[in-house]
Amino acid sequence: MSTTSRDKSTAEDAVHGAAGTPLAHDSAALHVSGGAIYTDDLPEPRGLLHAAFGVSERAHAQLVDIDLSEVQRYPGVVAVVTAADVPASNNYGAVLPDDPIFATDVVQYIGQPIFAVAATTVDAARKAALRAIITYEDLPPVLDPETALEQQSFVLPSRHLARGDTDTALANSVHRLQGTARVGGQDQFYLEGQISIAIPREYGDLFLYSSTQHPGEIQHAVAKTLGLTDKDVVVECRRMGGAFGGKESQPALIACAAAVLTHKTGKPVKLRLDRDSDMIITGKRHDFVSHYDVGFDDDGRITGIRFEHLSRCGMSADLSGAINDRAMFHSDNAYFLEHVSIDSHRCKTNTVSNTAFRGFGGPQGMFAIEYVIDEIARHLGKDPLAVRRANFYGKDNRNTTPYGQTVEDNLIHRIVDDLADDADYARRRDEIRAWNASSPILKRGIALTPVKFGISFTATHLNQAGALLHVYADGSIHLNHGGTEMGQGLFTKVAQVVADTLQVDINRIKITASDTSKVPNASATAASSGSDLNGMAARNAALKIRTRLTEFAAHAYDVAQHDIQFTANQVKVGGDTLSFDDLVREAYMARVSLSATGFYKTPKINYDKDSLSGRPFYYFAYGAAVAEVVIDTLTGEMRATRADILHDCGNSLNPAIDLGQIEGGFVQGMGWLTAEELWWDDSGRLRTHAPATYKIPTSSDVPAEFNVRMLQAAPNHEPTIHRSKAVGEPPLMLAISVYQAVKDAVASCGDNASGAELTAPTTPEAILTAVNAARGHV
Amino acid sequence: MHDGALVTLNDVDPTRTVLQYLREDINQTGTKEGCAEGDCGACMVVIAEPDDNDDSRQLRYRAVNACIQFVATLDGKELITVESLSQRHEPLHPAQQAMVDTHASQCGFCTPGFVMSLFALYKHGHKPARNDIDDALSGNLCRCTGYRPIVDAATQMLATPAKSTVRHWQPDSGTHDAATLEQLRALDDGSALHTRADERHFVAPRTVAELAREYTAHPDATLLAGGTDVGLWVTKQYRELERVIYVGNVAELNIITRTATSLDIGAAVTFSDLAPTLLSLYPTLTDLIRRWASTPVRNAATLGGNIANGSPIGDSMPALIALGTTLTLQCGENTRTLALEALYHDYQVNDLQPGEFVAHIHVPLPTDGLHVRSYKLSKRFDQDISAVCAGFAIQLDTNSHVRECRLAFGGVAGIPIRATRCESLLQGQPFDEAHVRRAMQCLRDEFTPLTDMRASADYRRTSAANLLYRLFIEITQPEVATDVYNFAR
Repeated sequence: MSTTSRDKSTAEDAVHGAAGTPLAHDSAALHVSGGAIYTDDLPEPRGLLHAAFGVSERAHAQLVDIDLSEVQRYPGVVAVVTAADVPASNNYGAVLPDDPIFATDVVQYIGQPIFAVAATTVDAARKAALRAIITYEDLPPVLDPETALEQQSFVLPSRHLARGDTDTALANSVHRLQGTARVGGQDQFYLEGQISIAIPREYGDLFLYSSTQHPGEIQHAVAKTLGLTDKDVVVECRRMGGAFGGKESQPALIACAAAVLTHKTGKPVKLRLDRDSDMIITGKRHDFVSHYDVGFDDDGRITGIRFEHLSRCGMSADLSGAINDRAMFHSDNAYFLEHVSIDSHRCKTNTVSNTAFRGFGGPQGMFAIEYVIDEIARHLGKDPLAVRRANFYGKDNRNTTPYGQTVEDNLIHRIVDDLADDADYARRRDEIRAWNASSPILKRGIALTPVKFGISFTATHLNQAGALLHVYADGSIHLNHGGTEMGQGLFTKVAQVVADTLQVDINRIKITASDTSKVPNASATAASSGSDLNGMAARNAALKIRTRLTEFAAHAYDVAQHDIQFTANQVKVGGDTLSFDDLVREAYMARVSLSATGFYKTPKINYDKDSLSGRPFYYFAYGAAVAEVVIDTLTGEMRATRADILHDCGNSLNPAIDLGQIEGGFVQGMGWLTAEELWWDDSGRLRTHAPATYKIPTSSDVPAEFNVRMLQAAPNHEPTIHRSKAVGEPPLMLAISVYQAVKDAVASCGDNASGAELTAPTTPEAILTAVNAARGHV
Repeated sequence: MHDGALVTLNDVDPTRTVLQYLREDINQTGTKEGCAEGDCGACMVVIAEPDDNDDSRQLRYRAVNACIQFVATLDGKELITVESLSQRHEPLHPAQQAMVDTHASQCGFCTPGFVMSLFALYKHGHKPARNDIDDALSGNLCRCTGYRPIVDAATQMLATPAKSTVRHWQPDSGTHDAATLEQLRALDDGSALHTRADERHFVAPRTVAELAREYTAHPDATLLAGGTDVGLWVTKQYRELERVIYVGNVAELNIITRTATSLDIGAAVTFSDLAPTLLSLYPTLTDLIRRWASTPVRNAATLGGNIANGSPIGDSMPALIALGTTLTLQCGENTRTLALEALYHDYQVNDLQPGEFVAHIHVPLPTDGLHVRSYKLSKRFDQDISAVCAGFAIQLDTNSHVRECRLAFGGVAGIPIRATRCESLLQGQPFDEAHVRRAMQCLRDEFTPLTDMRASADYRRTSAANLLYRLFIEITQPEVATDVYNFAR
């Protein structure tokens, strides 16, 4: 047995890439050099065919005849499949079986797949798909949520959440306002479109590459489609070129269609949607109409409130149930609502089935309550921030949410006080008021809005994760877990956790692709939970190996286990120090298992789906933002000129990556609320389905002054991984400050009182309409 | 030229795109497809070519969208991709290293495109201001980062030292420009390019006479300039073009000359080449040009193409019509002159005869007392298509009466159009609030625009009239803030 003594100073050096260090994304050098491999960049398998969908041209119609003879005849075409070619189940719905892969009798939205074609080139497949002759018999379509409600057209039953006696509270209120907040949907606009490659294997098995947040769901959906079991299907994803929720349930459609074509032809099939098809065929963020009725006192403190949320779910349920539940759970945001009643209608429309998008309903709920708070402030002639403060959850009382969860670590006062001070909110608000008085054309506005966002899947069973860790005999490490990498830096963070736990440099750890054959039954990487769940699972695996190595070393060197310490690529064994490599080698020679699985399930959460009450969230993440904007009252054009953000990441696992999530989330949220408009024509055709017509923010839209800080010395009060907090979704909602600042600027065109009926997104047209309304000449 | 080697392609499909060539033909997958319409920049590459306007015999580096650039247009040029900047296992280019250092990639899919836009900016060699950076990145979309770290990378990259191991042919080697120039010049024998795949042709004449002959012989051919619209016919509408005549190599059409009365612009002059000259005459058009599509689109797109295409929402026509621009049209050996607004008859119907093309554009030089503005309204400031675009030229006499005015609009009719009724209301009248209000009322009713995804008819009518008011305020009350675009920037 060999022992190595190392220089003391070296031994005490920290490992490279431990948890909490601002390490670069593991793929950064590959990203910038073009060497990062996305699904469409993979070497193509022998005999690969390329596929395309043929889709419905009608929003709602009976399929009378599907003539595919011209498609079949198109040069290069190898196979055409419809629902009749699906071996087992023609459905990819993750929750309800209402999502056909290929439409059968009825089409329910423009863009719904009816058939798919496989050809020798992409070009041939796409051109051939346009040759179908389809005969429709039109049915009356429902094209917006309000019509859907009138017709009682729902994808799921309406839900009701209430506390206290709202009717009486409203009746007894000193002040009362009613109105409607309207917020548009949003396309995920990941830069890499949906794609899947299905490769046949022996015994009818299938291997798929899929750009997906949920490889396990692809595995399950493909198995069900082909009449296989989960063991027969393997799905791999190394990285996605962005996802944002759009690759949670939607990739199953792409993968299942490719699988059916592979089943039919026996050949590998790649199905990559072009940008327009992607935006037309796959779901987006739900647009919401939120009616409110609120009572409040002279301080603006809410005494009773009623919400009725209508959301556009599209033609099927997809994830709309959980999304609308989360909208209900975030209709309080950071405010105590003593007497509250929330109705949620999950409206069925003949448009694409809407799905997950960063925030998952939370943003829409939060948008509605922030709208109400602002209207209260304008009605009373108060600073909206004062009304916000009057309604914040208390620390020791007034601290129970409408669904019965106690807000235990209320950071909102601390964050808002710090930010208002740091961003000089009060002085700037006065200065802007004075400036506006002397500026006839341009008007400025400012707003501070808070965020409180619940962390955990509301479907309790999804809050579990697995990991797989191999230590090879040379001391190098292979890491795998059930999470997926979509750019959020999850793989880097989880590797940091393992580096930290085993006290080895991170470059010893090989980060590997998500793979259903390595970690089974993994949940989607979603709900901001990626590092909370997978970090803990990987730590669990690493601890198992550390324990085995400790037990081995204690036995081999005859020292107590508590005298064995892992530190900076070394292991102190009593008075001796071994390198990690040497200890691993020795353990291998002594036949110690160096591979472990890890598992984690979130503690404490419980939630009754029927009563919508309990503790759906393990903890809350907080933040706040101050935004300032300027608008042109002649044209409605708008610029965000400054933003200040203070956000709570607990003890950040990686401050560089978390900063990127905060900044990126804010700008993405700003796009949602300002420029990104989904526009359907009267026939139900989405007319904003490519970047030429759908405008996400560019570099020059980012406020020229953009100050972002993370809350310091604020470890998560729950024992999460490294006491960190989830950061994927919450920052998106910081952008509500931009919308509210626009509303403030619009209100200054009138008497600063209510009347600024401003719809989101705040396009030039929406702003000009609201400006003219505020001025009283429509 | 590509990665130091001369590349010879035979039987090139006339509409094969550079992106298809890279990804499908030579398996260089670093360049990505994000939208296939030149709007996202994931496919950005840089094209280097001799700069005929520059005596220093430098190469000119310009970022363009590979997804709508036909590969045959690269004849005689150098193609630089993300893989050209640093080969596997080699140190990163400063533009790449700065992106790593600032944590400027998240999902990484847009990143190669940003790197190429930054590389083109890097070749300018001076530290860019924030507006220069935004401008250079105006054709790149990132959905993850919120751009702040990318902007930081642009600021830092010139201070990031280049590693010494670049190969002789790499664009930072020091010897690259001279060697590449020599090779490219040696390739140029002055003759027209003619390539074909099956019976589909790509022809790139070098002289106007050749172009005229070719187009007269094949009046059904598609004239291709920057390809920022024709490219989409192929990638979006799946059209198959039988014969493409590329005008980009016609020397006479690539020249700008200034006469005693006008600026004469060859139809194949790109917006990037036109901008400095035009803006030196009409500095108030700076924001319009800055917001005309994006940097990579302006690097490819030509003024002649924009005019001949004649889209009702093309952004150059309102200003040019207001300025009194005329065109030289050529058919065979015959030429004629036409006022720009007379080119347009109806939606997608113009005055061009079979075989006739726009050869030159004549923009009158500014005169004393002429106020010129062009305003663009769109959902996003950069790289968007107008809901309304206005071009105003108004001449006031010493008594502040309107001596002459020309008001032109895009987005309010099927063609770019003058507001002649409104013009005649203002003509000879005092330029004051009352008369302007009256003219605004007239403007609101002068057109019957469409409602579509960009804006409603109501918005178009109201905002078009309000833009006239903005003009009035800017001329008569210059102390009043009206410029939201540059506010606090």
